[in-house]
Amino acid sequence: MAYQITDGCVNCWACEPLCPSHAIQAAKPHFIIDPSQCSECAGDFAEPQCASICPIEGAILDASGIPVNPPGSLTGIPPERWNTAMAEIRAR
Amino acid sequence: MVQAVTTLKTERRKTESGSAGGCASSGCGSSSDKLAHLPETIRAKVNDHPCFSEDAHHHYARMHVAVAPACNIQCHYCNRKYDCSNESRPGVVSELLTPEQAVQKTLAVAAAIPQMSVLGIAGPGDPLANPERTLATFRALSEKAPDIKLCVSTNGLALPELVDEICQHNIDHVTITINCVDPEIGAKIYPWIFWNNRRIKGVKAARILIEQQQKGLAMLAERGVLVKVNSVLIPGVNDEHLKEVSRVVKAKGAFLHNVMPLIAEAEHGTFFGLMGQRGPTHDELQALQDACSGDMAMMRHCRQCRADAVGMLGEDRGAEFSIEKIEQMDIDYTAAMERRAAVHAEIEAKRQAQREASRQTTQTSGGEVFVAFDSLTRRRPAAPSTEPDAVSGAISASASASEETTPLSSHPATPLVAVRTASSRAKAQASTTSRPLRIAVASSGSGVINQHFGHAREFLVYEADAQDVRFIGTRRVHAYCTGDETCGEAESALAGTLRALEGCAAVLCSKIGIEPWDALEAAGIAPNGEHAMEPIETAVAAVYAELTANGALNQAEPMSALSA
Repeated sequence: MAYQITDGCVNCWACEPLCPSHAIQAAKPHFIIDPSQCSECAGDFAEPQCASICPIEGAILDASGIPVNPPGSLTGIPPERWNTAMAEIRAR
Repeated sequence: MVQAVTTLKTERRKTESGSAGGCASSGCGSSSDKLAHLPETIRAKVNDHPCFSEDAHHHYARMHVAVAPACNIQCHYCNRKYDCSNESRPGVVSELLTPEQAVQKTLAVAAAIPQMSVLGIAGPGDPLANPERTLATFRALSEKAPDIKLCVSTNGLALPELVDEICQHNIDHVTITINCVDPEIGAKIYPWIFWNNRRIKGVKAARILIEQQQKGLAMLAERGVLVKVNSVLIPGVNDEHLKEVSRVVKAKGAFLHNVMPLIAEAEHGTFFGLMGQRGPTHDELQALQDACSGDMAMMRHCRQCRADAVGMLGEDRGAEFSIEKIEQMDIDYTAAMERRAAVHAEIEAKRQAQREASRQTTQTSGGEVFVAFDSLTRRRPAAPSTEPDAVSGAISASASASEETTPLSSHPATPLVAVRTASSRAKAQASTTSRPLRIAVASSGSGVINQHFGHAREFLVYEADAQDVRFIGTRRVHAYCTGDETCGEAESALAGTLRALEGCAAVLCSKIGIEPWDALEAAGIAPNGEHAMEPIETAVAAVYAELTANGALNQAEPMSALSA
């Protein structure tokens, strides 16, 4: 089982040095987790390190493909507020 | 991102107008020198640091290298997704650099812009959350470019554990962003921190962050490192509280406090921007800075620059030094260092001469505080024909050359006599009124009025009264006269400029077109191109005198929010 990085990743490097399994690599267009290396931090940390420092909602998925940090969970911006604002900005 | 970033700018190329460039800025040793109370050793350290010394920013440039992308906290005024070449604010960069690229870029800039005195690392994340990349950059630069000052800004969370390393690398300027000392308030600014391998939220997170910031500040102060504290003013969240912050950080050993306005727009995608949190008005910012200034030296010339800014404060020449371009540059840094030393010596000689001149005028005026008037009468040459020589070729000073100025003998008893005989508006009468007026200035550097109104990307705002001229801040605008296709938007850009200049009684520039002239007059702001190439504070004092004589003080209050 392994975590996974999506294209929401902004390549900020925060997760890379934290990974106890050295499973995270810089890559284009965004960082990747080597699934054969990822241990989900089992045995090392109570919480998966990459998902605990990642600032981008939805950028890291757990083994079942569910965002560890869903919309609104990190920024506090309600998803509906975000969607409305983005629609307004696009319509300008 | 570290909203603390220190950089400012204001001026750019040195013009060849040294002889006309008497610096009347507040940092030049006048009675209003904000750093005058500091020991000589500290003043020497900040002497050529544009972000730590207001006077230095007229003469020296800075640069940031974007080597630090990771962050260990989230701030509600920051969006980590942001990456744009047109935005100018902290946390925004165009390209991330490796430490090796950062070193190459620094050497390239130092060679090309010899007045660049300071290299800072300010993001786009938190420099101390990227200790390897940040410290590798500093380590290499302290070896290869010992003539460059090193500087770092941080949110403070990782500061205590890195203080000793910072000291090892000769980094003697650190900026910490401290927005609060109360965890309840902190919880409204910081949604989370990453601490001891866990994400922590709420008041608990803010408490840890605040403790680390205060601890790091005290440790740096103990070791003699100069610490500037940056605070983001967030109306309704920490505005009143920042007075307490200012007292606390001063007691802990910070030597300068920089209160910056919140930048919050929905299109930035930040929590504050999207949730409708407003930024402070110019008046609110100034009132708070004034309230804090009783306890602490305040910085008012911050331009809240990008984490990859290059050049004088307010200027960004980053595009000239992209990775692609610097990789093709071949730099002889030994030769560059010689040239840099010569340029710095030249700048210092000029500043020294300006200080001498300032001291002399103060003495001859018999203790009169209104230095600028005396400077004006003393500095204006008897033969105006020498003036055009002092004017830089790039900037026309026809406005100044076209007008005859009669040097007046010093007359300390009536310092507010109008000084321009050719000005029909000036009435030769003294006034005893001392209500302050705000006067905006277009300057591209060296402390003189040398910029066309339509070319200005920012205005320096001064507050003048019968006793003093003081710098209170900058107003950023979009240059409306760019001479290309964007001129089609001139009308809206001019409207934006008028809004930015709200509350100002006059705006001084080297030249100005008829259309903006009329618009300014209609808005109650007196346009003035008569003081081109004059030292800023001298000109502001003269215009204050003109306006006073002209009865401006009897008109409707343009500055209602000013405290007495």
